[in-house]
Amino acid sequence: MSTGNMNLTLKVWRQKNNKTKGALVDYKVSDISPDMSFLEMFDVLNEQLINKGEEPIVFDHDCREGICGMCSMFINGRPHGPKDLVTTCQLHMRSFKDGDTIVVEPWRAKAFPVIKDLTVDRTAFDRVIAAGGFISVNTGNAQDANNLPIPKIQADAAFEAAACIGCGACVATCKNASAMLFVSAKVSQLAQLPQGQPERYRRVQSMVAQMDAEGFGNCTNTGACEAECPKGISLENIARMNRDFYSAKFVSEEDI
Amino acid sequence: MSDLNSNIPEGELTTKWTKYKSSVPLVNPSNKRTIEVIIVGSGLAGASAAATLAEMGYKVKCFCFQDSPRRAHSIAAQGGINAAKNYQNDGDSVYRLFYDTIKGGDYRAREANVHRLAEVSANIIDQCVAQGVPLAREYGGLLDNRSFGGTQVQRTFYAAGQTGQQLLLGAYSALERQIGMGKVEMFTRHEMLEVVKIDGKARGIIARNLITGEIERHFGHAVVLGTGGYGNVFYLSTNAMGSNVTAAWKAHKQGAYFANPCYTQIHPTCIPVSGDHQSKLTLMSESLRNDGRIWVPKKKDDLRKASEIPEDERDYYLERRYPAFGNLVPRDVASRAAKERCDAGYGVGASKLAVYLDFKANTERYGRIEAAKAGNHNPDKETCMRLGTEVIKAKYGNLFDMYAQITGENPYETPMRIYPAVHYTMGGLWVDYNLMTNVPGLYCTGEANFSDHGANRLGASALMQGLADGYFVLPYTIGAYLSKEISVKAIPTDHPAFVEAEARAKGILDTLINIKGTKSVDHFHKRLGHIMWEKCGMARNEKGLKEAIEEIRALRAEFWRDVRVPGSVDELNTELEKAGRVADFIELGELMCIDALNRNESCGGHFREEYQTEEGEALRDDEHYAYVAAWEFKEGVNFELHKEELKFENIKVAQRSYK
Repeated sequence: MSTGNMNLTLKVWRQKNNKTKGALVDYKVSDISPDMSFLEMFDVLNEQLINKGEEPIVFDHDCREGICGMCSMFINGRPHGPKDLVTTCQLHMRSFKDGDTIVVEPWRAKAFPVIKDLTVDRTAFDRVIAAGGFISVNTGNAQDANNLPIPKIQADAAFEAAACIGCGACVATCKNASAMLFVSAKVSQLAQLPQGQPERYRRVQSMVAQMDAEGFGNCTNTGACEAECPKGISLENIARMNRDFYSAKFVSEEDI
Repeated sequence: MSDLNSNIPEGELTTKWTKYKSSVPLVNPSNKRTIEVIIVGSGLAGASAAATLAEMGYKVKCFCFQDSPRRAHSIAAQGGINAAKNYQNDGDSVYRLFYDTIKGGDYRAREANVHRLAEVSANIIDQCVAQGVPLAREYGGLLDNRSFGGTQVQRTFYAAGQTGQQLLLGAYSALERQIGMGKVEMFTRHEMLEVVKIDGKARGIIARNLITGEIERHFGHAVVLGTGGYGNVFYLSTNAMGSNVTAAWKAHKQGAYFANPCYTQIHPTCIPVSGDHQSKLTLMSESLRNDGRIWVPKKKDDLRKASEIPEDERDYYLERRYPAFGNLVPRDVASRAAKERCDAGYGVGASKLAVYLDFKANTERYGRIEAAKAGNHNPDKETCMRLGTEVIKAKYGNLFDMYAQITGENPYETPMRIYPAVHYTMGGLWVDYNLMTNVPGLYCTGEANFSDHGANRLGASALMQGLADGYFVLPYTIGAYLSKEISVKAIPTDHPAFVEAEARAKGILDTLINIKGTKSVDHFHKRLGHIMWEKCGMARNEKGLKEAIEEIRALRAEFWRDVRVPGSVDELNTELEKAGRVADFIELGELMCIDALNRNESCGGHFREEYQTEEGEALRDDEHYAYVAAWEFKEGVNFELHKEELKFENIKVAQRSYK
């Protein structure tokens, strides 16, 4: 039972699996409340499909609080829809009007192959992190945390970069499907902290190499990534990463 | 009375863990390389354990149902993580953290476990900072702290309103480092469906590859479940949509006892339900109570806007009832107090099921401080509010944005409306001091076990327990077991026990697909949630629980007769995944009600209406119920109670008071 009065037409990408071709399919949903999240509207649609004996639309989602980074829909040509700085789960139907037609597609990037319907494979991001997106410290015997004072401004800047949720909107919206914003956010977080210094140049080289190996495109400073990032991750991170990447070429082997 | 051995080491409370660590048997590095450990779950407890065990040299296989370990629901924790560091010089100590936690849990937790948790808490902060976790700092470069409920010291470390995210990404990066080195094999989009037992010991799992539907067999010398809580049994909760009880429940059906299932934490400050469409609830961090004041109008059914209700017509009921702790009382106390006011007719908002969380007073106070810093010692109110809003924005900005996004209201201008909601489950698989269940070789960590929080969890303790278990406890205790397993060669997965477990898992999936009924999985889940919330929620009574048990049994029968699961088993099928989980929730729901019915007392998150003081506070019965209720699964869906007596040797058990 819904509580609202919006009626919408959805054009949703349906694709059985990675080996079949996909297509946009039209669906009608009615009685949508403006207080519903976009994903709750999808729940209503799926309930409708199941009751008709059809297969529901598969989409990735989990926390529905805007932090897990799992939800990943391209809505009317924009990742996570028309509002700035929100994920799809935090997009509410009050952002749409009665009678609207909404086109919903999966992330589009060679490095993010479609698994089914709106679900894509983003494990390339994990492999980039595994290549160097960490500080090499084993558990136990860390020094007292306050023995390493970090200026607030520096800590805050590292936090800003660390706020990336790994959703992949930056890749999906980039005309080159570049992962530079994601990779630079992690490089930048660690490069701004004293703990991150020992591996700083090795890290940026390994992560960039893995990013290329995964098939992400190059960055041409268009800025669509920053514009569409639900967490407001800044392009400055890309500049910082580029500087570190080129610096690494002039750092002697012993210093790496 | 106890028929369960908790394996708590002998000796003084304060030296138990130190002594244990230095005398526990070790595994030689070359043997570690041949010993395989399976870890299910990649949240704070799972990821930290997987990373640490791999660093130690074990061969680790880690499983999660999400597309990446970075998505585990630990990521959504907002407010903070406790640690007894006394950086604020306000009198904190290991003993005080231990004491607050035991008292906060209404004296239903194990002393030895809680003391160990308090001991290792300081190491957790050190470890996370070393990993590059950007915790909040003061201008002097040192770590900042804030307050949480149930304590009178500032011991909570945080990273804006994204503490869980930052800590999880720290553990995730440590895990990815081990994956990159080939020391952890990661299985994402995999769901554990069975535990495999050989000669009484856990020796592996059956998992389903969620993309292909393929059923896989995995061997491990030991199995660790770090699979989180079961709050989604209520359908509406603050848990992630995928959070489930399946792994723990399958282990339970294989003999692992399920302890204290009726202890559910109701978080006092969630955004209220807005309609029938609602799929989940979003909480507002407890840290907000640090700077917010909770109130309702003094007049019943007051229809005025919050801003139109003058100061002397507001009832700051927490400050009135609990002057010592005020807005910082523990979660169970704050939740019940909100329910009491709403039930009495003082609720606000359209549904009347909400109270105000108001930041105005502290915004003004902060503004005055900021003005003074800038040399203005006589600021007008408007200046104070403007400057103060900036301070509030810096501390809680993302939470305020989230509130605005969900409700369409601006919390900087009007107080937030909040109401209690299901959040964290203190019950879980029974474990001993070693974090091992009563099934040898089967371990359980983090929210999935029952151990450290008693009947109520204090805020900022879940992150602490998850990381304590994974980084600092399990890596020691599992060695004690594995040191006796070094001569066991990897068991081939064509062993009959694997074949049988796989057949069990497949049988359930096939049954679900072939019912071809008329009602969706969500339909059943919502009905279960409704029964649970109404009759086993914030308050329970004997009559309601007995009804609930009957209703759940009927619902179970209907589910297995009439559920509709579209699609097939050999593909990505999210409805099939949900169906299996809801089937387990239905059985668990019954056990929760049975446990709640058995416990004829009120304590923490378990409030039986028949047992309360004249002032409406929880009334414990220490003489008859100072035990852990550990339930054994019996053929059909039946349960037998075992008890672990709780002994309090270091703390004086008293009626809990926050007045």
